[in-house]
Amino acid sequence: MSYTESLSKLLASADASEGCKLSVKTGGRTYTGLMMPRHDMSAPDTLVLKLDSGFNIGVRMRSDASIEVLEKPVKAVEKTEVPTFKKGLKKLVLLGTGGTIASRIDHRTGRVEPVMSGSEILNLIPEISDVANIESKSLFSVYSDNMSPEHWQKIAVAVAEEINSGADGVLISHGTDTMGYTAAALSFMLYNVPKPVVLVGAQRSSDRPSTDAAGNLIAGARFCVDGNKAGVFVVMHETIGDDLFAVHSGTRVRKMHSSRRDAFRSMNVPLVARIDRDGKIEHLSECRPVSDRKIKADTKMEENCLLLYCFPGMKPESFEDAVMNSKGVVLAGTGLGHVNESMIPLIRKATEAGIPVVMTTQCLEGTVNLNVYNAGREILAAGAIPAEDMLPETALVKLMWILGNYPADATESIMNVSFAGETSDRRVL
Amino acid sequence: MEDYEMMCGIEIHQQLDTRKLHCSCETTLHDEGRGNVFRKLRPTVSETGEIDRAALAQHKRQMSFRYQSCDSACLVDFDEEPPQPLNEDALDTTLTFSAMLKADIIDEIHTMRKIVIDGSNSGGFQRTSLVSTGGEVDVNGRKISILSVCLEEDAARKIETKGNEVTYRLDRLGFPLIEVATGPDMRTPEEVMEVAMRIGSLLRATKMVKRGIGTIREDLNISIPGGARIEIKGVQELRLLPDFVRNEINRQKMLLRIKGILEERNVTPVSTEPLDVTEVFKDCPSKIISGALKSKGAIMAIKLPGFAGLLNGDSGKLRLGSEMAQYAMTHGVKGIFHSDELPNYGIGQEYVDALKNYLGMNGEFDAFAICAAPKKTAISAITAAAERANAALKGVPEETRDPLPDGISRYSRPLPGAARMYPETDVPPTIITDEKLAEIMEYMPEFPEEIEKRLIAEYKINEQQAHQLIRENNNELFEKLAAEYGDLSQIVAATLTNTYNELDREGVPVSDITDDAMLAIFGMLHENKFAKEALPEIMREVAKGTEPSKVPSKLGLESMDSSEAAGIIASIVKEREEFVRDKGMAAIGPLMGPVMGALRGKVDGKEANRLLTEEISKLIG
Repeated sequence: MSYTESLSKLLASADASEGCKLSVKTGGRTYTGLMMPRHDMSAPDTLVLKLDSGFNIGVRMRSDASIEVLEKPVKAVEKTEVPTFKKGLKKLVLLGTGGTIASRIDHRTGRVEPVMSGSEILNLIPEISDVANIESKSLFSVYSDNMSPEHWQKIAVAVAEEINSGADGVLISHGTDTMGYTAAALSFMLYNVPKPVVLVGAQRSSDRPSTDAAGNLIAGARFCVDGNKAGVFVVMHETIGDDLFAVHSGTRVRKMHSSRRDAFRSMNVPLVARIDRDGKIEHLSECRPVSDRKIKADTKMEENCLLLYCFPGMKPESFEDAVMNSKGVVLAGTGLGHVNESMIPLIRKATEAGIPVVMTTQCLEGTVNLNVYNAGREILAAGAIPAEDMLPETALVKLMWILGNYPADATESIMNVSFAGETSDRRVL
Repeated sequence: MEDYEMMCGIEIHQQLDTRKLHCSCETTLHDEGRGNVFRKLRPTVSETGEIDRAALAQHKRQMSFRYQSCDSACLVDFDEEPPQPLNEDALDTTLTFSAMLKADIIDEIHTMRKIVIDGSNSGGFQRTSLVSTGGEVDVNGRKISILSVCLEEDAARKIETKGNEVTYRLDRLGFPLIEVATGPDMRTPEEVMEVAMRIGSLLRATKMVKRGIGTIREDLNISIPGGARIEIKGVQELRLLPDFVRNEINRQKMLLRIKGILEERNVTPVSTEPLDVTEVFKDCPSKIISGALKSKGAIMAIKLPGFAGLLNGDSGKLRLGSEMAQYAMTHGVKGIFHSDELPNYGIGQEYVDALKNYLGMNGEFDAFAICAAPKKTAISAITAAAERANAALKGVPEETRDPLPDGISRYSRPLPGAARMYPETDVPPTIITDEKLAEIMEYMPEFPEEIEKRLIAEYKINEQQAHQLIRENNNELFEKLAAEYGDLSQIVAATLTNTYNELDREGVPVSDITDDAMLAIFGMLHENKFAKEALPEIMREVAKGTEPSKVPSKLGLESMDSSEAAGIIASIVKEREEFVRDKGMAAIGPLMGPVMGALRGKVDGKEANRLLTEEISKLIG
């Protein structure tokens, strides 16, 4: 939506634009304030002004409306301090990719954009300079819903470069919606990474006093510095308080709440570690220790893969074209890995055509087992590959990666080899 | 320029009786909190790249917070879920109230975030929306301008402060508040109260506001010519408003007098670098000093050349020392000692002399202040005191002050800069359509003066009673009672005005008597379970927490039937037979006193009068 034609004309003839100080007269009232951008949900005949008191108001521009520009906008000066590095601290690199953690409101326009550079984020957390010397680089500024395999590849290449040029660890600020997918993708692309690679995000944007970004970043940096664990991890709040932070394995982590700070959970495995607000690390599972090897990122991906969520009454004809035109399919089946019997012929058709079909469980917790029920045995007989206790999203990313890097006939055997802790044959209470 | 002694504007915050403003929780308070969630809040950078001075002062104290849950708190209150759009009932009430003030209602209401990082808002900001501007109220013939009416969230309740950690309960967070700000138009302390009462009665006329202690709070903005704007935040007792205003005027006048004296003495700013004088006091018997030293603390001093007699002088009329102590106290100490009050508190003259000697102070007006505490704390506290002393050279510093129960106030923090606000991007703007406005105008509530007229006409009470009922916020209860027991409406009116006030003056917590209890009391009166003369005694007992139905028997106040009463009256008449025969029917008046005393409120006055008349006429035939 945009302004009404008459309001657009009125603005144009007054030469008024966002950030201008205006005097607006309409319906017998006069308001003075800065012109704000149109709110997506504002009425089209309404102009949003920021008054001197700081309040925004919407003024409906009636037929008698007049606008006078009192002042032109003043361009804000960007202030970023160059960090000073301290002797004896480890060197980390913060790669910025966007997301809520990099989001701030533009005080002039009122828009929220994931535009903060890594150094801007670090500027808000001066105390992090006591943990490590952090150099920041921006890769891109996207919300994670717009991340694609191409973005994963760019991140993986950048991480490998930083580690090969001496970084003791890499922090990646990332949107939380698809952080689990990126973490899984990096886990495979960098499966023998010799240093910690930590994704951090925020459920509350960095321009809010209550942001969780600072706590997550500091905890992530501390883990990189003192954790002595190599691999791809996600560090986020373990509770809704700012006092406990969880380190998750990149292939086992899933966003399990749409808004809470403690949305991220490790599925089917214990946490890698827990960090308290004073920086004390409690190690909870085994990982490779850090080493000084060089690394090459295996970034090839077969993007033409599907993840289908099984449901009662699912009809094969609705999915046949999509399945047969893909290079690989992951099913999030019910229970131990089931789908209604009318889908089984489609599974067989796909596997016979060389399109691998991987079965996971939409229960998320627990493993797939196709030997227990008749339905399972038939699905197995139709050629499906059971993915044990691998998360459906991780299985999708892994399938893309296997198809991109290995010969087609190796898919089944590689699918259940654990490259980055994505699956295991035992689950404990 | 207008000649005036003072300027005062007020901001009134009134809780609304709806669900919470940005979630669906009930607006109820809870005696118990559950769990505690640890949080930190960080100052954020403003548009100009600067951090607000009040926010910075908070952050410097390294505060952290704990939040308790309860049944009326949800994920929104914990800042764990985005807010919901403005509560419709709360918005309608604010629109109605704005219309009552003839204010200009904003066409499209945008919710903002006002940065507050003292922890009282879990998100670090208060959500607030400007609803109208340019209203007015008429108070005793003077027009008082209403600058703005906002709809905002109430803050969480502070439960306790331990060191640098403050615990809040989330029950109150998110209660809708109407915030009304007047222009700086009031010129006398009494007018401040009159305006507050008028606005309060208009708010209550919407019938959507909460009642009782803490549901309405006032902020005062006071300045005198040559003084500075002082904000006294969160006064709950309306009747103390004039005291707060008067005391603040006097405080500012005192500070201006001190400024004059300092100018006369040609005093220049003192050094704010504290000196470690622990050595001087190492054997000092003062409990505070020796206590601090035992726990490895230090005694830090500042020199105050030129300040003697101003810290506490002119028989206590000049009290800069107390102002300095209040600044020091915000840094976590219990207070400071200064030269105008020493020797005292176990610090003998020999220590005063030794310190003066140590500091090399011998000028006529030389003064000093010391602080005993852990060294870091003592340094920051005494430095703040020195900075406050220097501010006295300029007169009155702008401050936010906390109200104390006796009508005085205490320094709390610097006056915040212009409110830091930015849009609450999670709440869509609310368009106020012409249809909505028409609907609001159609359902305008009765104004207080209309209610007054109606009460007089409908319930046959007098004008003064009706006025008082409304002014004291008892008109709704009156109507509830009078609607139920119409025959008692005049007794109800007298009870809610005179009896209430008499009991209040006695110290009876009248406000603890619930509406339901009042209904029960008048129900019993209606059924003649006791006589109306016993009402004060009954209410005293109910205020103590006794179940109303049990009170008459507990106090032995059950109504007497007429024959029993007639017997008692007969014996009184008999005892005074001679007097009665002498006076005839004129004896009724003088005898009513002893009769009512003997009946102890168990019989209604009218009935007693009837029985007495009967008895006398029987006697004299």
